[in-house]
Amino acid sequence: MARLIVMGGGVSGHTAATFAKKWLGNDHEVVVVTPNSQWNWIPSNIWVGVGQMTKEEVTFPLAPVYEKAGIDFRQAKAVSIHPHGNKESDKEYITIEYTGQGKEGQTEELTYDYLINATGPKLNFGATPGLGEGTQIGEHTVSVCTADHAVHANLELRQIFEKAKAGERQKILIGTGHGMCTCQGAAFEYIFNIEHEANNAGVRDMVDIKWISNESFLGDFGIGGLHMKRGGYAASSRLFAESLYSERGIPWIIGAHVSKVDAGKVEYELLDGSTGEEEFDFAMLIPPFAGVGLKAFDKKGEDMTDVIFAPNGFMKVDAKYDAGAYENWKASDWPRTYQNPTFSNMFACGIAFAPPHLISKPMSSPNGTPINPTPPRTGMPSGIIGKAVAHSICSLIKEGENAHLHEASMAEMGAACVASAGKGLTTGTAAALTVYPVVPDFEKYPGLGRDLDYTFGEIGLAGHWIKHILHHLFIYKAKLKPGWTLIPE
Amino acid sequence: MQRIEETVKPYDQNFTTMVPTGFVKFFRTCLIWQAIRFVLINIKMIIVVQKSH
Repeated sequence: MARLIVMGGGVSGHTAATFAKKWLGNDHEVVVVTPNSQWNWIPSNIWVGVGQMTKEEVTFPLAPVYEKAGIDFRQAKAVSIHPHGNKESDKEYITIEYTGQGKEGQTEELTYDYLINATGPKLNFGATPGLGEGTQIGEHTVSVCTADHAVHANLELRQIFEKAKAGERQKILIGTGHGMCTCQGAAFEYIFNIEHEANNAGVRDMVDIKWISNESFLGDFGIGGLHMKRGGYAASSRLFAESLYSERGIPWIIGAHVSKVDAGKVEYELLDGSTGEEEFDFAMLIPPFAGVGLKAFDKKGEDMTDVIFAPNGFMKVDAKYDAGAYENWKASDWPRTYQNPTFSNMFACGIAFAPPHLISKPMSSPNGTPINPTPPRTGMPSGIIGKAVAHSICSLIKEGENAHLHEASMAEMGAACVASAGKGLTTGTAAALTVYPVVPDFEKYPGLGRDLDYTFGEIGLAGHWIKHILHHLFIYKAKLKPGWTLIPE
Repeated sequence: MQRIEETVKPYDQNFTTMVPTGFVKFFRTCLIWQAIRFVLINIKMIIVVQKSH
């Protein structure tokens, strides 16, 4: 009997674990180690952040779902990996520290035959002075990265609206809180939902809303933007992004590295080296991401973290990490199997794998400050990668070490994204986008990097209906309800 | 949503952007038109999802 341990129960890890258990049945063990007791449909946190959904609508307890599936659930955080075992045994294992199940603080060693790192991002608020400490958000800004953060964000937002109603002009600042953030799309959704809610609350004329991000152009989204067919033209996402911001009366600051956050004020540096300040009464700034901080130790107990992990804390996989300058980048730099190059029984999926480099062009200020979006891994690619990794491991378990590994390169897959611009059954809108491929392939698609026939976007009520349906569909799928495997990632 | 007259200022940041007219904005929430777009967008998305699996 083989044991597969999946570290992380988010979109990617949960997908990997549930499919692995389905394919392996009771012949083998699947263990999920994840510190949260709840699964969170993160895309809908935006709506929690504006009070249009409750926390309970975007989360559900994992334990009953895993029990039903026959998955061994440990509510714990993974701390270290020991791929050579220790002095007593050659058997590889991880160490975990419980965060629930009545064992809070207790540590345990779990041996494994196969390991998936699906630990997602460390919300690195501490990377920007004043934004927070370590993974804890500070007191000056709010966040929508977790359901709890989003609940708090809405409470703060309502106070802003109350002040606006009382005649006090309010300033809202939304965007990225560091020069190397990703998730511009989430901030994009939040700013337009806030604008929509401000209109609904009748206070839009008393609220100044502004965007700040590290993108070199609006609509970069961490993927270097995209092109869509419009009226016979291949139109850049920049046109559509600027259009929406202009339409909604939202000015923007781009190419910005937020260097410091104080009460009611951010300081930033721009790509041209100039600096500035922006005041706010309410701010949501996405933190930069890093790996969660897993360590690795050899048989003697000596640190070997850098063998398995990149300096940013994400796990090395079958990517080309020495691609060099932007001009040398190729689609083939991106991983296909997500297998660790040193340990063939170790994989990473979702946000936890180390990308070979950015997708957007690297940029920095004359002072040397990097100001460029880092690569996003949204829900659809994360789910597809998780499923492919699970499939590979099941093949290895059933067929042996020469089994065919399944591939899911982001340079050969598309993504469907729906970015909400306001909730409402007959008044809401969303930008429904597909990008194919996610990572541009300038050799296959010279000039634009993507297939124009499969890359499109439009804003409308239909997009909002789709986003709402996806909310229910993916929660249904994650709860493993009847027919869940029929719903694609 | 604000109107072009209120949001666009000459030679301001948004002066050279592409701003939708009332015609475009109307169809964004026109139920009949959006029902048609709902079907077509879903078809396009399913095709992209199938290419990606």
